Amino acid sequence: MNDLSVYAAAGILLFFIGLYALFFRRQLLSKILAANVMGSGVFLIFIGLVKQPGQSTDPVPQAMVLTGIIVTLCFTAAAIALAIRLKELNEEHHSATRPEDDFG
Amino acid sequence: MILADFLLAQPWFVWLILLPLGGAASTFVLPRRVAPIGFCCALLILAGAVFSVCQLAATGSLTQAAGHWSAPLGIVLRADGLAVVMLATTAGVGFIISCYALGYFPARGHEPSRARYFWPLWLFVWAGCNALYVSADLFNLYVTLEIVTLAAVALTALEGGAPAVGAALRYLLTSLVGSLTYLAGVALLYAGWGTVDLSLLSQVLTEDPLSRTAMALMICGLLLKSALFPLHFWLPPAHGKAPAPVSAILSALVVKTAYVVLLRLWFEVFASFDRAMTAHLLGALGSAAIIWGSLMALRQERLKLLIAYSTVAQIGYLFLVFPLAGAETAATVWTAVILFMVAHACGKAAMFLVAGTIQQTAGHDRISQMAGAGGPIGVLAVVFALASVTIIGLPPSGGFFAKWLLLNAALATGQWWYCPVILTGSLLAAAYVTRVLSWAFLDVRRNVCPVSSRVMKWPPLALCLVALLLGLAAYGPVRVALTGAPVTGHVLVEQRP
Repeated sequence: MNDLSVYAAAGILLFFIGLYALFFRRQLLSKILAANVMGSGVFLIFIGLVKQPGQSTDPVPQAMVLTGIIVTLCFTAAAIALAIRLKELNEEHHSATRPEDDFG
Repeated sequence: MILADFLLAQPWFVWLILLPLGGAASTFVLPRRVAPIGFCCALLILAGAVFSVCQLAATGSLTQAAGHWSAPLGIVLRADGLAVVMLATTAGVGFIISCYALGYFPARGHEPSRARYFWPLWLFVWAGCNALYVSADLFNLYVTLEIVTLAAVALTALEGGAPAVGAALRYLLTSLVGSLTYLAGVALLYAGWGTVDLSLLSQVLTEDPLSRTAMALMICGLLLKSALFPLHFWLPPAHGKAPAPVSAILSALVVKTAYVVLLRLWFEVFASFDRAMTAHLLGALGSAAIIWGSLMALRQERLKLLIAYSTVAQIGYLFLVFPLAGAETAATVWTAVILFMVAHACGKAAMFLVAGTIQQTAGHDRISQMAGAGGPIGVLAVVFALASVTIIGLPPSGGFFAKWLLLNAALATGQWWYCPVILTGSLLAAAYVTRVLSWAFLDVRRNVCPVSSRVMKWPPLALCLVALLLGLAAYGPVRVALTGAPVTGHVLVEQRP
C-alpha cells in the first residue's frame, strides 16, 4: 500500500465519520462541523486517489479541491449565520425552552 | 439579413448566465433600485431565452469553450435541446414570478428589507440554474448546483421566523450532504479516467467497480437534492414556510436542477452500463413518492404544505423515466419527462403564487377556514383549479401529454404495473385539489375580504393558461427537446395493450 492510498483510505474514513455525526449528533454546531469533516474527507479522496506514483502532479484536482473548499466555507458561514439567528429567535420566544433546536 | 446573422451568431446562452449575475451584483451597488434592476434583468433574460430558442431551431446544438480553453482543461458550455427548453422554461416562469414579486414585496411596504434581499438572491438562483443547464462537465455541475442551493437556502430564510430559519438550516445541511456525496463520485471518476467532461467521459468510461461506485454515490447525492421519497423530509417545511414567490421558485425550478444533472448522467455518461436493477429501484421509489406524497397532501391542513407535498408526489413521476427508458421507448420518455418538467414548472408556480395571494387576502392559509370566504377568494379558487388541471393531468394540459407518453412507454416495454401507479397518482391529485375547492365554494357568510392588488392576480392566471394550453402546442417544445438529445427513435403516441 503506497502513501497515496493511505490518504484516500483516510479520506473515506473521514467521509463516513462526518456522515455518521451529521445524522446522530443532536447539537447544531456539531452537525455543521460534521459536514466540514465530511468535506475534508472528500477533498482528501480527490487528492489521494488522483496522483499515481511516478507521474508529475496533476494540477486540475488541486484546482477543483480549492474550489470545493471555498464552496464549503460559504456553506459553513451561511449555516452558522442561520444557527445564530435561530438561537436568537428561540430565546425571544420564551415558549421554546430548548436551547438547541434538534434536527434529528 | 446581416442583423439576423449577427443575432444568430451570438452565444445567447452565455448572456443568460452573465445577465442575472451582473444584475445581482449591481443591486449591491444600487440598493435603492433593487426592484427595477431585478425586473429589467428578468425582461432581458426573457428576450435572451427567445433568441436562444430561435438559434437552436436554426443551427442545432451549440458549444462554447469559456475563455477559448478547450475540453480537458477548460470549461465547456453546451446548449442542447434539454438545456434550451429548461432555459426557456426558467425564463418564462421566472419572468412571471418576478412580475408577481413586484407586488408581493413592495419596495415602500412595512418591510422594505425583504425586497432588498429577495431580488439579488433570486437573480443568483436564476444565474445558477441557467449555468447548470448549459454546463457540460461534472465539476461545473457541482459548482452550479451549490450556487443554486446556497441562494435558495437564503431565500427560504427570508420569511424570518424560527420555523422558516429552521427549515432553511435543515435544507442547507441536507443539500450539503447530497452535494458532497456527489463530489465524492466525481473524485472517483476523475481518479479513474482523468476527465470530468461529459462527452469525453461517455466515450472512455468502462464498467468496473470504481465507476459503479462513482455512479452509486452520484445518484444517491442527487436523489437527496431532488427530494425523492424517502429523502424528501426537508422539502415540505422549506417550501411550505417560504414566502409565496420563493416557494414557487423552489418548487418549480430549484428541485429540477438536481434532476437535470441526473438525466445527463443517466442518458449520457453512464448510458453503456447495465443498470436494470438501479432503474427498477428508482422506479419503485418514484412510485412510492407518487402515492405517499399524494396521500400526505390529502391530509394537510394548510394550503402551502398541501402544494409542497404535491411537489413530492410529482417528483415521483420524473423518476419513472429510468425503468421505462427501453431501447425503442427512449425518445418517448425523454419527451415525456421534458414536457412534464415544463408543465409542472408552470402549474406548480401558479399554484404557489395563487396560494400566496389567498394568504395575503384572507390573512392565513388554513384550508378549513376558507369556507365561503366571498368574492375575492372565489376568483382565486378558480385560478387554483385551472393551475391544478396540469398537475392532475387532464387534457389538453402539458401534464396530460406527459403522462400519456409515460403510459405508452409503460405499455411498449411491457411494464404494466406502472400504469396503475400513474393513474392512481392522478386520481389522488384530483382528490386533494377538490378538497380545497369544496371548502372554498361552501355557502357560508363571511366578512368581506380586502381586494388583492392586480399585480398579484394576473401572473398566476397567465401561468395557468400556459400550462393548460401547452398540450395543444406541444409540438414546438418536443421538437426543441429532441434537438441534440442523447436518445434516438420515435415518440410513441398510440400503444395498445
